[in-house]
Amino acid sequence: MPDYLLTTSPQMAKRHARHSRFQWYGRIAIAISISFMLLMFTAIFVRGTGAFQKTMIAVDVDFAETMIDPKGTRVEMDLKQGNYKPLILAGLQEIIPGVTERKERNALYKLVSGGAVFDLGERVAANPGMIGTTQRVWIAASSEVDLYVKGKVDVESEEAVRRLKDQDIDWVKLLQENGRVKRKFNQVFFTKGDSRSPEMAGILSAALGSFFSLLVCFLIAFPLGILTAVYLEEYAKKSRMTNLIEVNINNLAAVPSIVFGLLGLAVFLNFFNLPRSTPLVGGMVLALMTLPTIIIASRSILRSIPQSTRDAAMGLGASKTQTTFHHVVPLAMPGMLTGTILGMARALGETAPLLMIGMVAFIVDVPKGVTDVATSLPVQIFLWADSPEKGFVELTSAAIMVLLIFLIFMNLFAVYLRRRLERRR
Amino acid sequence: MEKKMTEETSAQTDALAPIMTARGVDVFYGKKQAIKNVSLDIPENQITALIGPSGCGKSTFLRCFNRMNDTIESCRVTGDIQFAGQDIYAPKVDVVALRSRIGMVFQKANPFPKSIFDNVAYGPRIHGLSESKDHLAEIVVTSLRRAGLYDEVSDRLDEPGTSLSGGQQQRLCIARAIAVDPQIILMDEPCSALDPIATAIIENLMESMKEKYTIVIVTHSMQQAARVSQRTAFFHLGELVESGSTEAIFTNPEQERTQNYISGRIG
Repeated sequence: MPDYLLTTSPQMAKRHARHSRFQWYGRIAIAISISFMLLMFTAIFVRGTGAFQKTMIAVDVDFAETMIDPKGTRVEMDLKQGNYKPLILAGLQEIIPGVTERKERNALYKLVSGGAVFDLGERVAANPGMIGTTQRVWIAASSEVDLYVKGKVDVESEEAVRRLKDQDIDWVKLLQENGRVKRKFNQVFFTKGDSRSPEMAGILSAALGSFFSLLVCFLIAFPLGILTAVYLEEYAKKSRMTNLIEVNINNLAAVPSIVFGLLGLAVFLNFFNLPRSTPLVGGMVLALMTLPTIIIASRSILRSIPQSTRDAAMGLGASKTQTTFHHVVPLAMPGMLTGTILGMARALGETAPLLMIGMVAFIVDVPKGVTDVATSLPVQIFLWADSPEKGFVELTSAAIMVLLIFLIFMNLFAVYLRRRLERRR
Repeated sequence: MEKKMTEETSAQTDALAPIMTARGVDVFYGKKQAIKNVSLDIPENQITALIGPSGCGKSTFLRCFNRMNDTIESCRVTGDIQFAGQDIYAPKVDVVALRSRIGMVFQKANPFPKSIFDNVAYGPRIHGLSESKDHLAEIVVTSLRRAGLYDEVSDRLDEPGTSLSGGQQQRLCIARAIAVDPQIILMDEPCSALDPIATAIIENLMESMKEKYTIVIVTHSMQQAARVSQRTAFFHLGELVESGSTEAIFTNPEQERTQNYISGRIG
């Protein structure tokens, strides 16, 4: 090999060093961001997976008519509101003998969820034939017991700082020895709304609230945004007016989201008197927030469509509108959809504007439409993270997981749509 | 002798009956004047070449003929351009109808990102030229034949037009223009991005097309102008320096600037 092909001069060596140094900077940056992401996901995953299972306790309940339906009417409402608490307690006392004092009885009853009585009421109402029989039913354990069974209670710590006392732990151990404790899939989490007690709280209300809000947001923001972008980019003559509009759209994109919330409060709620705390108003506020993003993204996509495509159509005698809607918009559609979904993904994670229009309320019912009161996933996460009960910790992480899955599905949908539209060409 | 002369002149005038005339055309981009007082006749069923160095305004002038300059916001055209005796810049003229009579082929082949069939069928479709599906297919096949492309693509009409080679794409664009059945086809440096073989194919094609169509071609290749055209107009710095029969321009130019350009001293 001739000499001049080898790195000899110090200047060349320096150049190579700079090259490899820069590559390493890049790799390190990527490694740091990936490790942070992994750390976040693991933390959420480790904390949140517990919430998908819950602890149940088997109790033999004597469904005595005198307690459930003393008048014998079998009216559904009465059956639901029967006095089930003593029945459950009696069942527990059978397993754990020697609990007679009032204070102890209360402590014993606290092993099961406060929502257990409603649960039993529903079951009896659905099947009145149970009355007068004794059956073994699985009842949701209280959140503290649930955490203990999952090994999340520090048994070694001072009794005074624990909500689950030594006696309670002994009882749970006794139940476990009798095979009366099991863990099952936490259906409640996916089928119920919020609750004050962690073991009865679910994400469905918030998830549907988010879904309905995004639906409204999409229905408003997508057509408005696309039409605005197409008009401004393809039709409007450059003038002082269009310049003003352009500057304002860019400014709007940078406005803090809470301002949009205030706007929604002032305009949609106070002026138009739309129902507060509803996905309808939430979606409208989110649409306002998403619009500038969609418009800016769509315009830059439209600008990237080559002039030659427009020339080709115009040269054939296509009108402006034919050129735009036969050629330019179809070419731009995949990009515009991506922009829209990115804007919507941002809207999905938005909390601040929703606080302003009352979507921060404690909502137990599952919304059935856009005009039912609801909350949204990020607001629910915020509410749970703010709750003092320890059981909400894992619910918070589980809700974050649901939110992330929501996001992943939205992005996958965007990718799918883009592929489909691109293949059609 | 004198009589014979007149006869000859009139015969010549008949043969060169202009389908398109431009008189005193000025084109401005904002305040900049790109075309200065150009008058030119385009004879029917002949190939007219517009030549000149880059930036001399020949493309701009060509785009006046089908009002493609309308799409450029800052562009303003004054003067009189007539097509078949009608002022194409008159307020009542429908640009869409004008462009269906005067087709255009661009410098860079720009097929739509659609199938070969749909590329050619688009024009007839938007102008409602076909009565049935079969008729449309017939138009497409005829147009592809006339553009000399049919034999190469007959078995893959549903493949995207963008999958063809550069020369084929340009012929597809010609077929697309023909499909609308125009009288004039404007070509804006159609071969500048093509290799010599593809160029030769398109030049032959133009030769056969002039039976049916009037062609105006902008080219910066003097050899091409000499090969394909019957009439040549030389542009320099926005002015029409000289126009006449191709033979006269290339062998015996009247103007010094033409002489200099043809011999390679300017441009």
